[in-house]
Amino acid sequence: MDFATLIQLLDSSIRLATPLLLACLAGLYSERAGIFDIGLEGKILISAFFSASVAFTTGNVWLGLLAGVASSMVFALLHGVASITFRGNQLISGVAINFLAAGMTVVVSDSWFSLGGRTPQLETSGRFQNITLPFAEQLQGVPILGPIYHDLISGHSILVYAAFLIVPLTWWLLYRTRFGLRLRAVGENPAAVDTAGISVVRMRFTAVLICGVLCGIAGAYLSTSLSAGFVREMSAGRGFIALAALIFAKWRPWYALMACLLFGLLDATGSLFQNIRLLGVSVPVQFMQALPYILTVVILAGFVGKAIPPRAGGEPYVKER
Amino acid sequence: MTLFKTFYGTVAALAITATGALADPAIIFDLGGKFDRSFNEAAFNGAEQWAEETGGSYREIELQSDAQREQAMRRLAEAGANPVVMAGFSQASSLAVVAPDYPDTTFVIIDGVVDAPNVRSVIFSEHEGSYLVGMLAGLASETGTVGFVGGMDIPLISRFGCGYAQGVRAVNPEATIIQNMTGTTPAAWNDPVRGGELTRAQVAQGADVVFAAAGGTGLGVLQTAEDEGILSIGVDSNQNYLHPGSVLTSMLKRVDVAVYDAFSTPVDEIETGIHVFGLAEDGVGYALDEHNADLITEDMIAQVDAARAAIIAGEISVHNYTEDGMCPVE
Repeated sequence: MDFATLIQLLDSSIRLATPLLLACLAGLYSERAGIFDIGLEGKILISAFFSASVAFTTGNVWLGLLAGVASSMVFALLHGVASITFRGNQLISGVAINFLAAGMTVVVSDSWFSLGGRTPQLETSGRFQNITLPFAEQLQGVPILGPIYHDLISGHSILVYAAFLIVPLTWWLLYRTRFGLRLRAVGENPAAVDTAGISVVRMRFTAVLICGVLCGIAGAYLSTSLSAGFVREMSAGRGFIALAALIFAKWRPWYALMACLLFGLLDATGSLFQNIRLLGVSVPVQFMQALPYILTVVILAGFVGKAIPPRAGGEPYVKER
Repeated sequence: MTLFKTFYGTVAALAITATGALADPAIIFDLGGKFDRSFNEAAFNGAEQWAEETGGSYREIELQSDAQREQAMRRLAEAGANPVVMAGFSQASSLAVVAPDYPDTTFVIIDGVVDAPNVRSVIFSEHEGSYLVGMLAGLASETGTVGFVGGMDIPLISRFGCGYAQGVRAVNPEATIIQNMTGTTPAAWNDPVRGGELTRAQVAQGADVVFAAAGGTGLGVLQTAEDEGILSIGVDSNQNYLHPGSVLTSMLKRVDVAVYDAFSTPVDEIETGIHVFGLAEDGVGYALDEHNADLITEDMIAQVDAARAAIIAGEISVHNYTEDGMCPVE
């Protein structure tokens, strides 16, 4: 494998890791506050749909992003109401969100666009364009660093940079602010937080809404940046991979970045090297495509060690018994 | 005993409705949905053309999941629809179970083969059509490297890929052909993001023409091809208009003709058995319209049309992947 191929592979990994990263951080906020969320997938999907349709109708990608985030927040709120206010089972509510999104996107888009559950192709103004960072062109000729800067770091959509910036932001918010301390405490021992005079319900709703915002960005990235329009089921299981990455990362932001990049890399490897020959035997495509999942099991079982979820995760908080 | 009575009663009632009702034709679309800009949409267009010309009406079912197949077929057959057209190879195994239960209903399956006395199996010579667009790709490519993105990894799609590769090699024996499949599950038909990623990978390896035979995933391929400034080739329906100036041509598969044929032939005259739609029957071909007129030169047309005539005459034989699961060129 030469240097150019390596750059290409990493570049592809970054693109594929971005939606995972956003969804993974979304799950991190929610689960750190004690609300398990397997509805990430559904929220990504609903946002992908609304951002694509609004971006198509208005021709403005930012309005599309806004609509996507808003729709994802509505779904997050639904999950919040079911699992915080009414103390329902969080897993079931999450599954319901996934099904609702899968069905609703197709039905609504069919009635709006009559294209069988897809939106029309987006024009240029309806998509996030790739940004060329300053000096990328000038530095292109510099050996090693030039291609890294020009091909790998520069030339992604703004949402990619946003996603990567959210990682340190999340770290700072969780570990260096009063809000973060309370958020983590709510997930570990809500009774203690309550005793300190802080509303558990409010903290949890805040976390769930942040989760909605991040999932919304992930969905918008899928439909208005990576591709040009919504296709049914286009999230293709990325919300679930993000959950796996979250467990991988032991619910920590920097580890989440690493885990998502790893999954992105594996995914990119699967696409880029479909016909590898190893020791004279050609490796079947199926194996390459299953590789990310096989490695998930191997790494999870052998290397990550014990992943301990937030102690109060999945438990609705009851003030007095 | 009562059970038997009910059973016979139902059968009798069914027989009456089946013969009594004026038989409307029916069509079952596969999972991609009837507006997939590709295979199902072509089938839908054929049905619509028939409805427009005759003023008749037809029943349709759009499948939402694999589990509905058998149920949908039975429902239409029991409602007296005749003939029942099934678009898509995935329906073959369900049809093999259902067809013997409704001997008076004629079924037409497109892209699949079911051996039953009341089934017409329509298959297309995709390898021949792919050969032609492969030639165009080879002629249009400047780098000598062309790509192929398939949907789900099944023999049918390999047939596209293999015919394409042979066509490319026919005009450029030195050409490099990069073949990728999107996945191994039906989700591979609807993953434009992955399709785009595969295309970028192929572009990075030097490809400047990419042929997508991947349903909804293909839309991502065509989009990325335009973003990256290379040429692409659409499939099934004419997809030239999606990105004018970037889509070199489309490998047409006249599913619409097959559906139209089935609908307009009187039911008792539909010949069952296997029907092959090849180049000679105009069942497959390449699309030429105002959207790609600037991309294809007179010389290219002349070469491809000569090959077309030669294939029909039997002078060129395009290897069919599904016959032996092998492809002579890589």
